[in-house]
Amino acid sequence: MLSQTKHNLQKNLFKLILTGVTGCCLFLSVTLGTVIAAEKKAILKTYADIAEATYEDALITAKVLRSAIQTLVSNPTDLNLQAAKSAWLAARVPYQQTEAYRFGNAIVDAWEGKVNAWPLDEGLIDYVDSGYYGTDSDENELYAANVIANKNLTINGKTVNVAKITKKLLAETLHEAGGVEANVATGYHAIEFLLWGQDLNGSGPGAGNRPVTDFSISNCSNGNCDRRIDYLTAVTDLLIDDLEEMVANWQANGTARKGLENGSSKAGLTSILTGLGSLSYGELAGERIQLGLMLHDPEEEHDCFSDNTHNSHYYDLIGMINVYTGRYVRIDGRVVSGPGISNLVKSIDPGLNKEMMDKFFATLFAMTQMKKTAEAGKAYDQMLAEGDQSGNKLIQDVVDGLKDQTRTIEKLVAVLKLNSIPFEGSDSLDSPENIFQ
Amino acid sequence: MQQTVLPLKLLAYFLTLAPLFFCFNSSIFANTESEAARIASIIKPTSDFSKAEAFERRPAGAATVFKFLNENSFSHSSANMSFERELDFKVGNGFFRRFWVSAPASTKSADGLGPLFNARSCQSCHLKDGRGHAPSGNWPKDDAVSMFLRLSIPPINEEQRDLIAKHRLNVIPDPTYGEQLQDLAIQGHHAEGKMWIEYQEIEHFFEDGSIVSLRKPTYSILNWKYGKPHPQLLISPRVAPPMIGLGLLEAVSQKDILANADPEDTNNDGISGKANLVWDTQKQKVALGRFGWKAGEPNIRQQSSKAFNADIGISAPLVKTPWGDCTPTQQKCRNAPNGNTASQNNLEISPEAMDKLVFYAQNLAVPARRDISESKVLAGKKLFYDTNCVSCHRPKFVTKRFPEQPEQSFQLIWPYTDLLLHDMGEGLADNRPEGLASGSEWRTAPLWGIGLTETVNGHTQFLHDGRARNLLEAILWHGGEAELSKQNFLKFNPKERSELLAFLRSL
Repeated sequence: MLSQTKHNLQKNLFKLILTGVTGCCLFLSVTLGTVIAAEKKAILKTYADIAEATYEDALITAKVLRSAIQTLVSNPTDLNLQAAKSAWLAARVPYQQTEAYRFGNAIVDAWEGKVNAWPLDEGLIDYVDSGYYGTDSDENELYAANVIANKNLTINGKTVNVAKITKKLLAETLHEAGGVEANVATGYHAIEFLLWGQDLNGSGPGAGNRPVTDFSISNCSNGNCDRRIDYLTAVTDLLIDDLEEMVANWQANGTARKGLENGSSKAGLTSILTGLGSLSYGELAGERIQLGLMLHDPEEEHDCFSDNTHNSHYYDLIGMINVYTGRYVRIDGRVVSGPGISNLVKSIDPGLNKEMMDKFFATLFAMTQMKKTAEAGKAYDQMLAEGDQSGNKLIQDVVDGLKDQTRTIEKLVAVLKLNSIPFEGSDSLDSPENIFQ
Repeated sequence: MQQTVLPLKLLAYFLTLAPLFFCFNSSIFANTESEAARIASIIKPTSDFSKAEAFERRPAGAATVFKFLNENSFSHSSANMSFERELDFKVGNGFFRRFWVSAPASTKSADGLGPLFNARSCQSCHLKDGRGHAPSGNWPKDDAVSMFLRLSIPPINEEQRDLIAKHRLNVIPDPTYGEQLQDLAIQGHHAEGKMWIEYQEIEHFFEDGSIVSLRKPTYSILNWKYGKPHPQLLISPRVAPPMIGLGLLEAVSQKDILANADPEDTNNDGISGKANLVWDTQKQKVALGRFGWKAGEPNIRQQSSKAFNADIGISAPLVKTPWGDCTPTQQKCRNAPNGNTASQNNLEISPEAMDKLVFYAQNLAVPARRDISESKVLAGKKLFYDTNCVSCHRPKFVTKRFPEQPEQSFQLIWPYTDLLLHDMGEGLADNRPEGLASGSEWRTAPLWGIGLTETVNGHTQFLHDGRARNLLEAILWHGGEAELSKQNFLKFNPKERSELLAFLRSL
């Protein structure tokens, strides 16, 4: 009996301990779960904060660009043209960093074509070199329509009065006119073309070289300088409107930020990683780099008029690293930071976080080699020339780095269990992949 | 009923179309027997219209995209695609939008245009990957790029009849102008001619007295630049069709398509359904036709290669003539410099680039449906089923298992087509046979995405030549096997009409 009691006592004691341990574990796991949930919320907040700051920087630098352009058109000197070009280059730095937001956020993806559409048939906008560009306007009747030189255009068989160049005309009538995507009338690349002009050097040295007198009313070159000024002014104003819209989307109560706050953390984390993965692999490695390298075609260069493609690619990567680490250095040196998705990965699988950072740095190294080479005078369009093995390799290394980092991004998706992407809060029942597999 | 007539239908079908027997191989039956019952039950047309069906929002299964609706809605990649494969998709998009230039040019990878052509890039006709349209006026008022005329002649000798009978050719080309009227040319060459359209308005009456006017087109060709065409010339107008969901249509098993065929109408429902049989250039054998307005091409690779060749004048892996559609009569065109490049297998578009382009075309995703649970849409859906539209516009299929194409593999899809040919009556007839398709037969057009035509392309023109100016007109053009359904539609009251249209717009 004694032994029985003792046994019971032991049993009870054991139970007690077990309960305590379980309770403790339960408490710990609940706490850990809460911590992780809180951390996910914080990650999404950082993500939105960085978006807001980066778009705001894009807006600030676009306003600087606008004032440089105002100076240029009121006093067209070489120095003022150079200042406007410098302002455009500076404006690209924050904008390119925002591209990490494009593919994960439908609101950004739907808007992006207005500000960064590329490649463009520049003949729609202004005069072009007919020997280099060709004059036949076949499938794209606006291929060499030249809005600046014409007050009437034919779009889809209809005559359109374009006498007055306004923001509305550019955004609603000319942009993608006739359903042709290459009819890019708005955004950074339209401004780039107006400031630099065509790059007629192929894979040889040199960017576009528009004379400043193209903006001179008193000493006008190539005709219609008043309309060219109107175009440049309207398209820059429009860019600012569009950027203001996107900044507002990320401010408190903005649509994009609220969408993240109201959605599940799983949906939010998926947005982040979709943005990184799709930009790395399909868009940047694929459409913007690999294609041009396959074709050795200088026309397949993202910032082709200004020869700024190296920076365009480089700052895309910086934007991805900002998002991953949760840290963005603003144009004035202030830092926006908070928990990034890297913190979450680190708490779950530190080795994988290190792998991701290593991959980003490997790509950054390849990007830096390419950027340094361009800055030393060998532009991106020269690097991709057919037969230039060392130039081609500089670019191929960037592609390889981007591809390699995407494989790790895919591992993150798996580790964070984001494989089944949630659609509009539907549950697993409404998910055919669970049934038809 | 379906169960009992099926074996009969199949038997009749195989007796008629013996050549297809040789096309069967094990991969077609990849879905296991144990799944067959489950698939059969899910693809059976519903009889419950009180609520939306499971998965109905996703016409392309897991490949369906849920993005903002705008002019890019047909340009997204399959939603279930890995990041890695997005690269191929995007590079493919690069080739799709690429403007080709005449040879020789400094950019060797993009020269070889023409000498005769209809467009300089794929995208020029497939505007926003969507639907082309009839020109708003005759040339030179409108350059009519997203529409062209197919040409051919009836077989006039034994050899030609034999080529058609053995499915080696779908049509006999015009001896001078070939299979298509190229209305553009590079410098130093003449375009073949210009399409000319006249429309005549014809009124149709609903039972309740409402009137709808249809525009009936007549086609002719002006400015023949290479002499007279053959006196028996046949002309068929074609608008560029939307590009979405093509890979999924390619992934439907042949068995499942043929199961709906009833060429002799053995079940006496007035609807036959016939498969086209065409030559597969790659496999060198007869295959089921799936793509094109008359199902004249067996797969996306061959369809795209022929389009490259005839529309743009590019030599491609499956159609290697650098002069495109130019005939031996058009010697100057044939002798012009070409853009064939040694590093591209001596072609103008390399096999590698073609692979990417085909991958792109296979993966343009279908957008999610809207408003599927709205009572008006459900009522319209019921009318669509009750008037028997579904016997050709088949709602559902389950695709084959496809390890190398995970995006298309084993998906429940809702294309609203049976991929078969049907007699559509005299009104729509082009009177130009193509393979087994007669002059009045057309392949059932898929309806997925049709409600977004205006969003993507800014117009609502439908049918093979864009003659219908809205969905209502498109329905009224249906005749032949669809005559009975159309007659029922004419009995609809305004409320029913608007319900049916609401359903179509939700697709």
